[in-house]
Amino acid sequence: MHARITIEDTALFADPSGALYWPAVKTLVVADLHLEKGSAYAAKGVMLPPYDTRATLGELQRLIRRYTPARVVCLGDSFHDTGAADRIAPADREMLVRLMDGVDWVWVLGNHDPAIPSVLGGRAVTEVAEGRLVLRHAPAGAVLSPGEIVGHFHPKACVTTSAGRVVAPCFAHDGRRMVMPAFGAYAGGLDALDRAIAGLFGRTRFRVLMTGRDRLHLFPADRLAPIARLPKPPRE
Amino acid sequence: MSGLPEPFAGWMAARGWRLRAHQAALLDHARAGRSALLVAPTGAGKTLAGFLPSLVELAADPAPGLHTLYVSPLKALAIDVHRNVERPIAEMDLPLRAESRTGDTPQAKRVRQRKSPPHILMTTPESLALLLSYPDAPATFARLRAVVIDEIHALAGTKRGDLLALDLARLADIAPRARRIGLSATVAEPPKLAGYLGAGMDATPEIVRGGAGAQARVSILVPEARIPWGGHMAVHALPEVYLALKAARSAIVFVNTRAQAEICFRELWKLNADNLPIALHHGSLSPEQRRKVEAAMAAGKLRAVVATSSLDLGIDWGDVDLVVQIGAPKGAARLIQRVGRANHRLDEPSRAILVPANRFEMLECRAAIAALEAGEIEPLRMPPGALDVLAQHLLARACSAPFDAEATYANVRRAAPYAGLTRGDFDRVLGFVADGGYALGAYERFKRLKRDDAGRWTVAGALVVRQYRLNVGTIVEEPMLNVAFRRGKRLGRIEENFVVQLAPGDSFAFAGQVLRYEGLRETTVEVSRAKDDQPKVPVFAGGRMPFTAELADRVRGLLADPAAWRGFPSDVKEWLGLQRRRSSLPERTGLLIETFPRHGRWFLVAYCFAGRNAHQTLGLLLTRRMERTGLRPLGFVASDYSIAVWSLKPAERPAELFAEDILGDELEEWLADSSMLKRAFRNVAVIAGLIERRHPGQEKSGRQVTFSSDLIYDVLRKHEPDHVLLRATRADAATGLVDLERLAAMLRGCRGAIRHRRLARVSPLAVPVLLEVGREAIYGAAIEDALADEAAAQALIDEATAEDPQSELF
Repeated sequence: MHARITIEDTALFADPSGALYWPAVKTLVVADLHLEKGSAYAAKGVMLPPYDTRATLGELQRLIRRYTPARVVCLGDSFHDTGAADRIAPADREMLVRLMDGVDWVWVLGNHDPAIPSVLGGRAVTEVAEGRLVLRHAPAGAVLSPGEIVGHFHPKACVTTSAGRVVAPCFAHDGRRMVMPAFGAYAGGLDALDRAIAGLFGRTRFRVLMTGRDRLHLFPADRLAPIARLPKPPRE
Repeated sequence: MSGLPEPFAGWMAARGWRLRAHQAALLDHARAGRSALLVAPTGAGKTLAGFLPSLVELAADPAPGLHTLYVSPLKALAIDVHRNVERPIAEMDLPLRAESRTGDTPQAKRVRQRKSPPHILMTTPESLALLLSYPDAPATFARLRAVVIDEIHALAGTKRGDLLALDLARLADIAPRARRIGLSATVAEPPKLAGYLGAGMDATPEIVRGGAGAQARVSILVPEARIPWGGHMAVHALPEVYLALKAARSAIVFVNTRAQAEICFRELWKLNADNLPIALHHGSLSPEQRRKVEAAMAAGKLRAVVATSSLDLGIDWGDVDLVVQIGAPKGAARLIQRVGRANHRLDEPSRAILVPANRFEMLECRAAIAALEAGEIEPLRMPPGALDVLAQHLLARACSAPFDAEATYANVRRAAPYAGLTRGDFDRVLGFVADGGYALGAYERFKRLKRDDAGRWTVAGALVVRQYRLNVGTIVEEPMLNVAFRRGKRLGRIEENFVVQLAPGDSFAFAGQVLRYEGLRETTVEVSRAKDDQPKVPVFAGGRMPFTAELADRVRGLLADPAAWRGFPSDVKEWLGLQRRRSSLPERTGLLIETFPRHGRWFLVAYCFAGRNAHQTLGLLLTRRMERTGLRPLGFVASDYSIAVWSLKPAERPAELFAEDILGDELEEWLADSSMLKRAFRNVAVIAGLIERRHPGQEKSGRQVTFSSDLIYDVLRKHEPDHVLLRATRADAATGLVDLERLAAMLRGCRGAIRHRRLARVSPLAVPVLLEVGREAIYGAAIEDALADEAAAQALIDEATAEDPQSELF
């Protein structure tokens, strides 16, 4: 079940998968797919299972069937690196093409994918501005501006409950701007309390919507527990 | 029996030693070129027995080249044995070079050792694997005549033992004339161990038994204070323990977990009015600190050392005349090993005191002593060789030289754990090493292994070799963080999972002091000395020991037989008597289940005696089944003896919950999602080289996006559930953390023999498990619910205090 959020008076649905749906303009937004991250590691001799792209696209397909969007916005870092489009397996590429069929597909460019091969189709842009919102990969300034919705940071959060510590990817927002969780199967995450994310909200109190298995859970930032910042292999 | 040649005979005589029968037997076997397994208690002069034949041979013909390889499970032991072997070499002025090689050996020396190997090299299984991964390995080992494996009982049946067995098989190819000598503590089935040692050789090793030694004197400490119902710290009995330490010359106080070590150490020092030098030793302390304690002990400067299994093996301290075991020993073999640490002189009995920490442990200590007196030791478990270890080994072979698959398969099967390996599994593992071995075959371009013109497998590049060298070994630690004073010295390492529960200002016991948690700086836990004396947070639990099935049987026997309670302290007898009146006593076989209400919840307690790991798994399965039948389970807790589950609704027919089919599809589905399997996968993935191991000092600071092996696991499970690494993971789960094997046996055993007692209140026997720490809230829906509860509570507060009500949930 999705949760309803309002950013700059714009009604949005946050999906437990980490996607965002904007009903008024029939737009589905997903951030940081990192397609072909597995094969990027394989090229370096780390043979991760090559199924991350189809896992990610499969999840995206489920969402497209559910929300039937007119437009899909991939919010940057859709591909793990510039060589990703060359490595993608034919079956996965076909799946992507099928998903794009009949949909206004928008690639917002990110730091991992500064260019998108034109053969893939879709529109490559640096941002999508619509209504009171601007969808970008990373914030234009040091802090988020009102209406800005970005990816890039892969926020996750940790809450201590009666059932123990729970860590999950999350949306971080303050009602005026938002950081989306990463959607890719191998994307991973960064503590929302990390200065890199918390700092984006300036001095404003922000909240997180933690993604659960089939619903979302809202917590103010000061209710979160820090995740020990320890690099785990494999890593970037 | 032939005698000892000069200068050895004179050297021994000058020191007042005589050649022992087992030492002479090993000499004879060596002269005949036969391999041998020496089974003897500590103090029987095992190490000398193992080396004497090599020294004699080398004295007669000190030709250059590596003659004898010594492998020990402990780095410290390899170094200590090196020191001990240097003595006869120096005293007889033998023209020999003996050296040690471990992870701590400087790079320059390691290079030199390969170019010009010493006559005798002391090493560990990991360092041996590395040595064999170099292209010059055949030259290094060409003249090898003997391999001595110390504490072989501690290696066989483990992944390190698998690694060693594979390397022994490879050595047999390089140096077919090398004989093998295994040195083992007392084990239940020496022929099984000899089979491991001599696998793939022409003749099975001869079994040589060392002197039996005097029977140990083991007693149970009955304190003045009442014996607690639960808990594992035995603080109640420490005044008596202290008196025993005072009366002893030198003692080792063994505990089962590091938490116990910390608490026991602090409490003993509170009682230490005489200022006895008492030290602390466990695996989380910094190596420098451990070495200091070991040196002080060896020099006879300590009266007692509180230690975990970190001192179970190894260094010989002749002066120890008392072993104290705090908490139940968990297994007879372990108890023998620990008791044997006292008094390394064969003719005097070792003295040991067992200190049960709670009433159940009183039974367990009794059972352990009975097993000891009956000479019953648990059999060694030797599961089939792990496939992740084979993957690492095949990569090592490719690093050394191109190999032929057919010949390598034949050679690998000469390693005991892999004798039954099928060609199909071998090929799948090889496929994994080559390019991940995925059904999708996506990584054709990124192969780690290539085939040369002759069809042999070889590494694709130098990067692969580097990756292997950084990843060697089968020990995968939990993620650990350094503990240090701010701008001060490092105290040791502690599990990340423990640290994340701490808030700044919390105090906890570590390295023998109470520390205040200040915060995390990069990967270092910064602490200061706490002002308060009582740590607020219970200590990390690290290092639990498995409770053996054999000992569990004996405990059940004691429980079921009131006549055997004679001699128990009165409070234990009362406890058991009360249980008999209020409920029932568990019988030798079958399963007793109690249900009772308490504080608005329904409790189900089952006395399975299958050990904590199996119970933990059972808890997950039971709660899932209860959830499905609408009993609304809330959580469970497991001990070695029993499991307690609580729910909102009562289980009216609990026997149905325990039906054996619980291990079918439900298990598969449920387990696959469990954190235990994910942890097992992480270990397998690191050992097999799928993901790289972290190295101390390599951690970068600053912001980093991390992604864990859990994500890889989820994707692989969904898309290729039969992948060889998932099979290896499930094999580990069957015997390890999940202990399915034992759980299945327990469920089979209680079929049709379940007794259900409906009670109005908690029974006396149920109290210990309910006092157990480490409660698990149930997985899945319960976690979602807990999150939702937390969020709902927060929403209420927010509603009352909010300024802008812009968010809502539905």
